[in-house]
Amino acid sequence: MKTKLLTALLLGTSILGTTGMALAEDVTLNIESWRGDDLTIWKDKLIPAFEAKNPGIKVVFAPSAPTEYDAALGAKLTAGSAGDLITCRPFDKSLVLYQKGNLADLSALPGMENFSPVAKSAWQTDDGKATFCVPMASVIHGFIYNKDAFDKLGIKVPITNEEFYAALDKIKADGTYIPMAMGTKDLWEAATMGYQNIGPNYWKGEEGRQALIKGEQKLTDPQWVEPYKELAKWKPYLGDGFEAQTYPDSQNLFTLGRAAIYPAGSWEIALFNTQAQFKMGAFPPPVQKAGDTCYISDHTDIGMGLNAASKHPEEAKKFLSWVASPDFATIYANALPGFFSLNNTPVKMEDPLAQEFVSWRGKCKSTIRSTYQILGRGTPNLENETWVESANVINGTDTPEVAAKKLQDGLDSWYKPAK
Amino acid sequence: MAAQTRPKRPIRWHIAVFLAPAVLVYTAIMILPLAGTLQLSLFRNINQSQVFVGMDNFRTLFGDPNWSAGFWNALRNNVWFFIIHMLVQNPIGVLLAALLSSPRLRFAAFYRTAIFVPTILSFVIVGFAWKLILSPLWGVSPHLLDLVGLKSLFTPWLGKEQYALTALSLVSVWQFIGIPMMLIYAALLSIPDEVIEAAECDGVTGMAQFWKIKLPLILPSIGIISILTFVGNFNAFDLIYTAQGALAGPNYSTDILGTFLYRAFFGFQLQIGDPNMGAAIATMMFLIILAGVCVYLFLIQTRLRRYQF
Repeated sequence: MKTKLLTALLLGTSILGTTGMALAEDVTLNIESWRGDDLTIWKDKLIPAFEAKNPGIKVVFAPSAPTEYDAALGAKLTAGSAGDLITCRPFDKSLVLYQKGNLADLSALPGMENFSPVAKSAWQTDDGKATFCVPMASVIHGFIYNKDAFDKLGIKVPITNEEFYAALDKIKADGTYIPMAMGTKDLWEAATMGYQNIGPNYWKGEEGRQALIKGEQKLTDPQWVEPYKELAKWKPYLGDGFEAQTYPDSQNLFTLGRAAIYPAGSWEIALFNTQAQFKMGAFPPPVQKAGDTCYISDHTDIGMGLNAASKHPEEAKKFLSWVASPDFATIYANALPGFFSLNNTPVKMEDPLAQEFVSWRGKCKSTIRSTYQILGRGTPNLENETWVESANVINGTDTPEVAAKKLQDGLDSWYKPAK
Repeated sequence: MAAQTRPKRPIRWHIAVFLAPAVLVYTAIMILPLAGTLQLSLFRNINQSQVFVGMDNFRTLFGDPNWSAGFWNALRNNVWFFIIHMLVQNPIGVLLAALLSSPRLRFAAFYRTAIFVPTILSFVIVGFAWKLILSPLWGVSPHLLDLVGLKSLFTPWLGKEQYALTALSLVSVWQFIGIPMMLIYAALLSIPDEVIEAAECDGVTGMAQFWKIKLPLILPSIGIISILTFVGNFNAFDLIYTAQGALAGPNYSTDILGTFLYRAFFGFQLQIGDPNMGAAIATMMFLIILAGVCVYLFLIQTRLRRYQF
């Protein structure tokens, strides 16, 4: 009796096992990612869309915790157990993986032509010859405003600097709202939402950023100091006690309707949509004179690469080409408003606020944050120092010139641009 | 057997056996990591391999203005952090203990517990709670000051360079006041009644009794508390990290050795961690604490008079 049962069981498993094998003739691709939040989007929307068009390829999205991702991925790559597709962090973290031979060169991948050089810059070697990840999404900086407040006070959306300060003055004079919700306690707000937000208009986006990397411009040049002078002017428009106001404080001030303008990154859209009870709009960083070309920070944030040790490189490349296609971009950008596709083909999005943000790409020139590529490597770290100095300038601890000098001195101490 | 000549004293194995567990555990979790840290500070990562560089990391730490400015700033802040503790925490601790030991005080056990509770709270709770209390937007402190008409005194303390460190030191004092209080309280209780009675017979009462009789008797405890405070302060990190973040803003004004070490060792944001420089800073912290403890042990403790009853 017992033997019979055992035989039956064994037989059963062997049959099940063979059916399993039959299914396994489909190639399965695993995606490594830190975006656990996106699990449902991948499972319900993206992967079915791909599998419908590519029978025989199964895709599994297998995220790990953001804080563990880099270490876990490194260990898996060394052990040879990492997935076929690897979600790429921007800049040096992925560059190191490419240099170690963990990521394959994707320069020739069909679909890569859909991306601009700026979009690819986060996942290229310093000389720009090899690209190793497909850009997936970026975040755009600008200002989100309380439409109800603007309507009530009869303020037009500012385009030039002059109009911007006129609007701030009007809100301040009225007194119902705090003109601008930003604090300097967490430091990075001042740098990321302040300096990197308005700066590209002054250093002319890519032009200035590249010149800085080449050593042709210095942070002490007027076009790099000017944004600090503007930041210093913001001080009177920030709320009482902004020195101790943290990032969540600023978010709450705005979504509770107590502040009129919020210097923003587009990643706020999803949260603000759920929390704010009023209509919102957005405008790009104001230009100096009407008619000036505008520049926006369209910062590359997430990409996808191919594990060089993958057993199914052809299928994986097929998937990556699809990631590079407008189809993917449409689904992804709509599922995650605020994370914009970097694809050259414009993507139709439902969310009005996200639409507004992405529309700037048409009329303004895009750039990425100036302190990330190459310059974000050494000690003292330019990005971290920019946080500290931006907060100092707003607090009035340092004048714009002193702040710029400190940053340039720090940079000079380790960075020698190739002549 | 007993008639034999007295043998050499046998080796007293039991001493080694009884010491072994403590020695082994202490070696494994304290001495070895410490030695590892000291060793790490003498190496540098060059092309993915650890190369022995002698004192080069220390030369960088003190010679390179980018590092040395940060280090001296952190050390200066740390000294101020310690001074505040010595000037505020310990005298108040002594005062509280004196009040608690007064026989006429009612609900002494309640006060004792209430004052000691913050000490067992997590740093994270203390950091966030005080951040909220002092918040200019939602905090209770501006409101409370307003009630007594002192609103003008309120500033966003944690965001101002000149106040932030002092404010955080006081938060730390608030948290740890229970420890000196308890130790002194115990010392006060252990003073024999005969001594007090003899003092009373001689007409030494009230404040004079405290200054002339009790204080000299609790001085050794105050010494111990001072050295505990010293070690604790120069190892501090958590409160600053939870309240101000790893960059210890504004403008590094709350940066102490612990946060400075953290940024160097683990890196922060785009800054990549450098375990070797971190170890060099950790070594300096070790030496500073060692020097402080030596000063106490050899200069102060030997001069403290002890009374046997």
